[in-house]
Amino acid sequence: MRLKPSSLGVHAVLGGYTLLAVLPILLVIMNSFKNRNAIFGSPLSPPTAETFSLIGYAKVLGNAHIGTYFMNSLIVTLGSMGLVLLFGAMAAWALTEYKFRFSTALALFMSIGIMVPIRLGSVAILTMMRKAGLNDTLTALILVYVAQGLPLAIFILSEFIEQIPRDLRDASRCDGVPETRIFFEVIAPLLRPAIATVAVFTMVPIWNDLWFPLILTSSESTHTITLGVQQFLGQYITDWNSVLAALSLAILPVVVIYVVFSRQLISGLTSGAVK
Amino acid sequence: MAKVRIEKLNKAYGDAAILRDIDLSVNDGEFVVLVGPSGCGKSTLLRMIAGLDGVTSGDIFIGERRVTNLEPAQRKIAMVFQSYALYPHMSVRKNMTFGLKFSGMAQAEMERRVAEAARMLRLEPLLERRPRDLSGGQRQRVAIGRAIVREPDVFLFDEPLSNLDAALRVSTRVEIAKLHRTLGSTMIYVTHDQVEAMTLADRIVVMNQGRIAQEGKPLDLYYAPANLFVAGFIGSPAMNFFQAQVESVAPGMILLSGPDFATFKAPVGDARIAAGAKITVGVRPEHLIAPAGSGFSLNGSVELVERLGETSYAHVRAGADHPLIAEIRGRSAPAAGDSIVLGAADRDVHLFDAEGMRISAGAA
Repeated sequence: MRLKPSSLGVHAVLGGYTLLAVLPILLVIMNSFKNRNAIFGSPLSPPTAETFSLIGYAKVLGNAHIGTYFMNSLIVTLGSMGLVLLFGAMAAWALTEYKFRFSTALALFMSIGIMVPIRLGSVAILTMMRKAGLNDTLTALILVYVAQGLPLAIFILSEFIEQIPRDLRDASRCDGVPETRIFFEVIAPLLRPAIATVAVFTMVPIWNDLWFPLILTSSESTHTITLGVQQFLGQYITDWNSVLAALSLAILPVVVIYVVFSRQLISGLTSGAVK
Repeated sequence: MAKVRIEKLNKAYGDAAILRDIDLSVNDGEFVVLVGPSGCGKSTLLRMIAGLDGVTSGDIFIGERRVTNLEPAQRKIAMVFQSYALYPHMSVRKNMTFGLKFSGMAQAEMERRVAEAARMLRLEPLLERRPRDLSGGQRQRVAIGRAIVREPDVFLFDEPLSNLDAALRVSTRVEIAKLHRTLGSTMIYVTHDQVEAMTLADRIVVMNQGRIAQEGKPLDLYYAPANLFVAGFIGSPAMNFFQAQVESVAPGMILLSGPDFATFKAPVGDARIAAGAKITVGVRPEHLIAPAGSGFSLNGSVELVERLGETSYAHVRAGADHPLIAEIRGRSAPAAGDSIVLGAADRDVHLFDAEGMRISAGAA
C-alpha cells in the first residue's frame, strides 16, 4: 500500500505514540524475567541465558494473597462493567427514546459526570461509605466505579441508539412488543459493537485504579491487584523482581478481555463511517 | 376486516399545523391510497392511524372502536415501512413470529400463519435466512409477510416500494394488488408515486398542505380534477395551464380569450360565471391533438422533442412565449423549430376559477 506524504506524517506521529506507550510495558515485562542484578545493571537489555530468572514470578505466585487480589480485581472490574453496561444502556435508551419532564436536564446532569473527575469527591465518598457500613468492602468499590463509568457509557450509547432507525422501534410497537422487550431483544442486540466499545473504555481505568482501593479498602481480603503490588514496594527496600512480575501478570486479564471485545470494538468505532 | 373512520383530525407541532381537520372514511376491504407531495402530511396521517404519532385533536375509529388513544399494538393494525424495518439479528421466520410471541399465541397457530404467509409470498426457501442475506425485493416481501401473520383489521403501507428499483417496483406492486384481492383486507397505502396510486387504489385521497385536496376513484381524479392542485398533481407530464379571461357569457357557454390560445367558446353547464372573470384553462399533454373545428386551439413553435419510442413529448412555446408539453403518439413527431397547431376536444378542456376550483361541466 502506498502512502501519501500527508498520511505518512500521520503514521509517523501515531507510530511514535505507539512506541511511547508500548516501550514502558515492554520494559516491565522484559525486566520481570531478569534477576535483580541484571535489572539494575542493564535495565534496557532483554534477558539473556545468564540473567534470565523466574524468581519474581515464583515469589509472587508463592504469596498467599496474590490469588485473592486477582480475584478481587476481577470481581470489581467485571461487576462494575456489567452494571455500567446494563444501567448505561437502559439510561441511554430512556434518555433518547422517551421525552419526559426533566429528561434534558437529566442528560445534562449525566454529562457533567464526564467533565468532573470523581476523585474530587473522595472525602465525601469515604464518609458516605463509612456511614453506609460499606467501608472495606468490594461493594463500595463497585458502587464508586459504576458512578464513575456511567456518564461516558450513557453518552456513547446514546449516540449509537440515535443511529438505530426509528422504523425499527415503530415496527416493534406495531408488532405489539412490550417496551422492555423492545429494549432487550431489539435494541440491545444491535448495540453490541457500542457495548464492546464502552466495555473496554470502562474496564481499563477500573482495573488500573489504585486510588479508590487505597482509600476504601484496608484489609488484605479486599485489596485489588494494583494495591496488592504495593506490598512489594517498601520505604527502604523494594522487591523489584516481585513488583515487575506482579505488574506483568496484572496486564494479562486486561489483554484477554480486550481481545474478547476487540473484534466488536473495531466494528463499533468504524460503524457509521462507511456504508 | 374493518372500516376506518377519521373525524376532524388535527396534528400540530407547536404552532406548525401538519394536518387540519381531516375527515376520511375507509370502507371495509377498500384499498385507499394517500398521495401528495412531500410534506403534505400523508405519512403523518398514516402514523397517526397506526398510533405511532399522537393526535392533537379529533378522533380515529377502527371498526366500531375508538382507538384515538390506544397503543399501536391494541389497534389491530399492521404496518409495512419504506425501510422494511426488519429485525436484522433475526431470521425471516423469527422476524415474522417475534410480534406474535407476545400475544400469547399457541406455537402451532404461529407455525400455521408463517407457513401460510410464506406460501403466499414465496418465502419458503428464505425462512432461515437473515435479512442481510436477502435482496431488497425479498426484504420487502418479508416485511409484508410480517404484517400478514398478524391478521390485522387494517394494513398500513408507508411508501413500501420507494426503496426498490424500477423493475422490482412493478412486480411488487402487482404482488400487493394480488394480496389485496386474496385477503380482501382494508388497506391504507401512502405514496408519492402517482402510478402506484392510480394502479392500486380503489380510491385515491390527494393531500396538499395538511388538507385533503380531493378524494375519488383514480379515473375520476384524472378526468375531473376538483381543483388546480389535483389537476397538476395527477398525470405525467403534468397538465398544461393557460391564463384566460371571460369575454362574454351565454347560457351554458362562455367565450374565453387569452394571450396563448385562440379565443374559443367553452361549455360550462349551469355554472355561473361573470364576464371579465379570470379563469385558468387546463389541458393534459396527451389530449393536445390536431384541432378539429371549433374549441380550444393554439399556435406554437416546437422547441425540443423527446422521443420515447411509442410516444414523443414536444416542448412547445405558444402565444406569448408560454411553455407547454404536447404528447404525440406514433411515428410522426414534429422536429424542433417546426411551427405547430394544437387543439383539444371540449371534454378534455378543464376550467378553474380564480380560487383554483373546477368550474367546467365536462366530466367523462
